[in-house]
Amino acid sequence: MSEDLLRLEHLSIDYKVKGGYLSAVNDVNLKIKKGEILAVVGESGCGKSTVAHSIMNLLPGGNESVEGRIMFRGENLRDYSWSEMEKIRGKHIGMIFQNPLDSLNPVYTTGDQVQEAILMDKVDKVIAWQKVCDLFNDVKMPDAETRARSFPHELSGGMRQRVMIAMMLSREPELLIADEPTTALDVTIEAQILEIIKDLKHTHNTAIMMITHNFGLVAEVADKVAVMYAGELIEYADVFEIFENPQHPYTKLLMKALPRGTKKEGRLQIIDGSVPRILDKKPGCRFANRCPYAQERCFNETPREVEVAEDHTCRCFLAEEKKEV
Amino acid sequence: MSEQKMAPAVETAAEAAAEATEVKKAKASNLNTEKWKETLMACLKNFNFMLGFCMLASVCILAIFSEQIAPYDYMEQGVGSRFMAPCSEFWFGTDELGRDVLSRVIWGTRITLWVAFLGATLQLVIGVTVGLLCGYFGGWIDRFFSFLTDLTWCIPSTILALAVVTLIGKGLTNTVISIALVAWASYARPVRAKTMSLKSMAFVETGKAFGESSFALMFRYILPNVIPSLIVMVSTTLPSTILSTTTLSFLGLGSQAPSPDWGLALSNGITYIGTAPWLSIFPGIALLYTVLGFSFLGEGVRDILDPHMKSQ
Amino acid sequence: MLQGVLLVVAVSLLVFALLYMMPGDPINMMVDRKVPEAKRAQMAEELGLNDPFLVQYGRWVKNIVFEQDFGNSVRYKTPVIDLMKDRVPRSVKLCGWSLLIEMLIALPLGLMCAIKKDSLFDRITVSGSLLLTAMPSFWLGALLVLVFAVGLKILPISGYEGAKYYILPIFALVSSTIAGTLRLTRSEVLEVLNEKYVTTAHAKGVPYKKVMLKHVLRNALIMVSVQVFMSIPWLISGAVVTEKIFGIPGMGNLLLNSIVVQDFPVVQAVLLIIAILTVICNLISDIVIALLDPRIRIAMGGGDK
Repeated sequence: MSEDLLRLEHLSIDYKVKGGYLSAVNDVNLKIKKGEILAVVGESGCGKSTVAHSIMNLLPGGNESVEGRIMFRGENLRDYSWSEMEKIRGKHIGMIFQNPLDSLNPVYTTGDQVQEAILMDKVDKVIAWQKVCDLFNDVKMPDAETRARSFPHELSGGMRQRVMIAMMLSREPELLIADEPTTALDVTIEAQILEIIKDLKHTHNTAIMMITHNFGLVAEVADKVAVMYAGELIEYADVFEIFENPQHPYTKLLMKALPRGTKKEGRLQIIDGSVPRILDKKPGCRFANRCPYAQERCFNETPREVEVAEDHTCRCFLAEEKKEV
Repeated sequence: MSEQKMAPAVETAAEAAAEATEVKKAKASNLNTEKWKETLMACLKNFNFMLGFCMLASVCILAIFSEQIAPYDYMEQGVGSRFMAPCSEFWFGTDELGRDVLSRVIWGTRITLWVAFLGATLQLVIGVTVGLLCGYFGGWIDRFFSFLTDLTWCIPSTILALAVVTLIGKGLTNTVISIALVAWASYARPVRAKTMSLKSMAFVETGKAFGESSFALMFRYILPNVIPSLIVMVSTTLPSTILSTTTLSFLGLGSQAPSPDWGLALSNGITYIGTAPWLSIFPGIALLYTVLGFSFLGEGVRDILDPHMKSQ
Repeated sequence: MLQGVLLVVAVSLLVFALLYMMPGDPINMMVDRKVPEAKRAQMAEELGLNDPFLVQYGRWVKNIVFEQDFGNSVRYKTPVIDLMKDRVPRSVKLCGWSLLIEMLIALPLGLMCAIKKDSLFDRITVSGSLLLTAMPSFWLGALLVLVFAVGLKILPISGYEGAKYYILPIFALVSSTIAGTLRLTRSEVLEVLNEKYVTTAHAKGVPYKKVMLKHVLRNALIMVSVQVFMSIPWLISGAVVTEKIFGIPGMGNLLLNSIVVQDFPVVQAVLLIIAILTVICNLISDIVIALLDPRIRIAMGGGDK
């Protein structure tokens, strides 16, 4: 077993808001190995993006407080200063954002922006430009040379996302964080982008942390799956394991909510209610109010994270009980 | 009642309408007192508003009781020697004619407040009328005035005001008029936009159905709804109105001697800046104080009435 | 472009009409009161003063366009164009330097305020700029004279003979206009800082300073430079006051003196030039925005096809 590339240990992030603290992320433990694709799944607002941004130390605003450790190649990134982080970003960890429409600077050509990243490594300009064109070919950009001289607004959403991927790959980082990379795109484009991301894993041996709310996507690309709910990591397992043997009621419900043409169930399952906004940390399971199996203790005690099988953790009393039996 | 002879159906309809208005009015007045209380509380809590209010209140007191407060008359020459530096008898010193600068500064408050009042009123009257007409009728009236606003924005306001003064002659009132003739456009635009959106709303349509005249519709139905934004506009443009009027006075086109106008006093003070700096310093401080008072008040009013427009 | 031309025509008509409507007989200002009535009528006829408005306007425009003839100053009895020749360069010098210095101060300051939003530095700068807007520019000028010329005696009070005569006027003019640019830069930068592409730039490891200059300031500059070009005419009207305080015989002083003595041809000419300048500045700002923002460049290019 290779060593963990990234390990989040007891990561908690609170936002200071009017009338208290909004707990965006609570006690998250997570790991990614080299060359592995980890999918972080959850409804919107469950804290997946916050986790991703905190790894890069790019949380917006200055009103958040972060606790816990972010171990990257055995070192805690939280101890790094801004300028030390600058050497990590792009070089060792790349990041792709949700909306490719506004994540490129409108006043520079796409090639310039990719080249800017390459030039960070003190490469000759001509070589850098050649590399830009190669990268554009790598991400299957049609008509790469011309596109490199185009401005972002002249490209479609899918092409812009390719530019983003090319930009973040340009310095061959060990880890790529993709924050809902396909949400804003058409389904056909989505498939192409996913294909590119999967190729990456093989050609560059890049570890990928893929954040998504789409469980269907997970099955297609991921090796490991982490399910998040209301800021907490509720289940983490191998992709086969999680589809075969989901432990947490929320995961089970998510499975049921998946559209499956072949099965007779036909209608999509709906999970009632919505993700709660956690203003004050109170004891109790955060999913309790929507959980069909909720018992009394779920509202009063906080469940621990238990290892139900090798590399399979779950934060639920049901799993705890099962293990004890 | 003469309506008693009307056909019953019409009568009931009229009665029902009257009743409806009565109820509405009662509710409205109830709501109004509530709302006023709320607004008053918001005013009391708003730091900017209270600061501006207190500053302007002090200026108003000085203006109203100028005769009692000022030690001398602003025109009285030779109360001291010429160019006396500030001392215990003449706190702000004396000018080239031996007049008491403190007294002149105090009397000057009247001019400044008058300018603010007259300027705001004129700009309001012109701007609101034009805005209502353009928004309500549209068509060629709208196009004509839009072109006119474009034109006035094409020449810097001070320069345009200078041109108008050339036409109508020097003097304080004339400068205020000329500035109003230049500045009304900034009122007309928002009023026009608001009128256009209100015009098609149900309560205006209802008024139209009751046979109200266009005039009544504009001034009794639409105008009251524009008033909150008007208050904000007035309070935020007052400082610049005062400043531009004083500028024209400074340039020698506004108040003429021996008026205690601060702009005139400053333009006079520049001449003696080497020997008697107090002639420039004190009227300037008074002007700054008043303008700041209006600015704070304006900021406060905007925060209270228009929370969305809060500046960053 | 067409709109600009239309505006110039309209302004010139307005300026001409303004002075056409002017009370008083222009002949009275040109000749002595003792000149007999018949001679006056003949003069009026010769000067074309009895022609219809549009004919007079047409003649006025024709002379300006083809012969650079703005008419003769009533007061100085010389062609207006000669009066302007000396004075325009002085005003341009004053305004140009002020604009340059204003940008050099306002841009970095606005950027720093936005980056360090709500810090002590930001608060002091913003309240300082608010104080500057509330302060009448002529009083500020007076204070500057008081401190540097009267108090410290390091700079001359007024005049225009050399570079050091321009220091105080430029300083005064900059102070009276800088607040707007500073606040605009600050709010524009704040807006850009929230943009996703700034996060992207950080994420690819670009050093902080470079992100601020190359990505943030560059985008904020689009709106700021447009605003700056649009504000040039206002700078000129601010210069009227400054020229008066410091006794610089430029366009502003010429305009003021001409208004006081009712020297209409000069007033007409100066107003017209300022109006044309305004229109030109608007056009330039359109071009500048297109140069700075490729999105608009494409849109404009597309429009031509």
